[in-house]
Amino acid sequence: MSKLLKLPKVPDAHGHFGSFGGRYVPETLIQALDELEFAYKWLKKNSAFKKDVEHYLTTYVGRPTPLYFAGNLTRHFGHARVYLKREDLCHTGAHKINNTMAQALLAVYLKKKRIVAETGAGQHGVASATAARVFGLDCVVYMGEEDIHRQALNVYKMQILGAEVRPVKSGSRTLKDATNEAIRDWVTNVNSTHYLLGSCVGPHPYPMIVRDFQSVIGRETRRQFLKLTGRLPNYLMACVGGGSNSIGFFYPFLRDRVNMIGVEAAGEGLNTHHHAATMAKGVPGVLHGMKSLLLQDSDGQVELAHSISAGLDYPSVGPEHAWLKEKKRVTYVSATDSEAMRAFHLLTKEEGIMPAIESAHALAYLEKLLPKTKSTESVIICLSGRGDKDIEIVRKWDQQS
Amino acid sequence: MSAKSLESKLKSKLKSGRKLFCAFVTLGYKSLGQTHSLIRLLDRLGTDIVELGIPFSDPLADGPVIQEASEYALRKGVHPQQAFDLVKQLRMEGVTVPIIFFSYFNPIIHRGISRTVKDLKQAGFDGVLCPDLPPDEHENLSKELLRSGLCQINLIAPTTSKTRMKKIIAKSHGFIYYVSRRGVTGVQKKLDEEIRAKVEEIKGLTKLPVLVGFGVSSEDQIREINRYADGVIMGSSLISAIKSGSGRNGSLERLLSRLVKTCHG
Repeated sequence: MSKLLKLPKVPDAHGHFGSFGGRYVPETLIQALDELEFAYKWLKKNSAFKKDVEHYLTTYVGRPTPLYFAGNLTRHFGHARVYLKREDLCHTGAHKINNTMAQALLAVYLKKKRIVAETGAGQHGVASATAARVFGLDCVVYMGEEDIHRQALNVYKMQILGAEVRPVKSGSRTLKDATNEAIRDWVTNVNSTHYLLGSCVGPHPYPMIVRDFQSVIGRETRRQFLKLTGRLPNYLMACVGGGSNSIGFFYPFLRDRVNMIGVEAAGEGLNTHHHAATMAKGVPGVLHGMKSLLLQDSDGQVELAHSISAGLDYPSVGPEHAWLKEKKRVTYVSATDSEAMRAFHLLTKEEGIMPAIESAHALAYLEKLLPKTKSTESVIICLSGRGDKDIEIVRKWDQQS
Repeated sequence: MSAKSLESKLKSKLKSGRKLFCAFVTLGYKSLGQTHSLIRLLDRLGTDIVELGIPFSDPLADGPVIQEASEYALRKGVHPQQAFDLVKQLRMEGVTVPIIFFSYFNPIIHRGISRTVKDLKQAGFDGVLCPDLPPDEHENLSKELLRSGLCQINLIAPTTSKTRMKKIIAKSHGFIYYVSRRGVTGVQKKLDEEIRAKVEEIKGLTKLPVLVGFGVSSEDQIREINRYADGVIMGSSLISAIKSGSGRNGSLERLLSRLVKTCHG
């Protein structure tokens, strides 16, 4: 193996990733964040907790997930070998459950009886409601009224799982407002409640906690690929909304000589107002308790993101990604709605795997990346979720085009 | 006016034996004209501090009432520059009530901290309150404010430990805003029982005036709080009064005048 890259350890003691991250929250929450950070640092080294997490990941979530050599897809492009890390095979259909099971356990260790969560597409909501069942916790999920209409199936799933889905009618009535509302609930019920944040965003220590809990993806991938080929891959690729699957996938490789590409949603195009390309178009700002790149207007009001994939539809991004971009350690690119839909069909046709539209964004970049690669090289894509939830959107898209 | 002069202004009022009344108003709710006349009215009635709330798309610390006012103003196209213009105008008209720029942090960093502070100073603001900027974040805001003689108002919450209180107080000027409860802004029927003990704890640590806000909504609550605190901050209940159209027929004026009198005792 080649020499390790030098990269400082982040976040620092105050939760900063360079100039990003931190804690921009009302004073009432500082104590709770301090407690959470303290407890987490202790539990991280606690063998009973670690064993518990591992137990549930193995026997309940279905880990390790397979690393699949996509032979047909490789032949289709005729360059580097393409592998898929199959997070779509996790229980509930996406990587989200890695984090919700671990954080729900954290809540149990913290003796909290109630969890609140935000959700956009409903995947994190379903994964939270699921974890709440396992550990006997009350679960309230905040979801924008708009999203409730768009994702009726997931709303019903959460309800069957015993969660209370609270419609959010403020602001744009989408994920960003659901996040505000979940934080407001937490401020109000901070003694009894753990806020189960679903992405590597928010105030410190959340970006760190979610990254650590999702890093199981990258650790497994690294081990599996080394065992399979005896070396490291040349490229890793993953989609970036808030950035939880990508940070979990990238993190264990950050000091390796491996190229990493994060693909964000370009929606209808970077030159329109309908995209979620925070990395390409955002400027530093503060939202949801963190400083990161943020889509905003000339007055500093937060702008709405747009993507055909509800899971990428977020106007900011995890602060560690903003930092990795600044450090030039990860390259961030984008894929449009139509490129992602094309990739959805390509993977379905070639490999019989229907990806979540989120993950299809990462796949979409293959057609740009692969022509530049050699057949001796290899690319691993994090297939963060399965497409079952998106079939209705795909059907409508196909009818229109 | 310098940071010290707001403090001494507030302290001399307290010395004369009366408590402080602070009113929160949302810029542009329900119109810029109404905000203008409302601040003139508050000044005339003897209000001690006005917090001018800048509408923001994601008001994390606010409950439904102020959220709605904020959204309403944004829909009408209100933007931060109008706060500077308005206060400049008010100062020219001879309005002297201290005015605090109450804004979430993002519009401030977007405008630029130095530029914001310079504009605040020029417009005639007295200080800044940023509900999502705890003193731990070493932003240049407090430094720049101090250099310009403006106050940074900080919050202390029911969950703030004593050690932390000291840290916050060391970085505070003007007055201390005690958040009366866990939660967001809004009307509450009953006051938390621990407010008194907390306010007394803070007062044991600082000579700065300590005002209580978040959920103060009735004259009884004002009287109760003023038994131990230096004054009250009212927001949501005023916004509700504006919303229900109390602006007409002078009933808002009667309400405000009653609240100010109750507070001043």
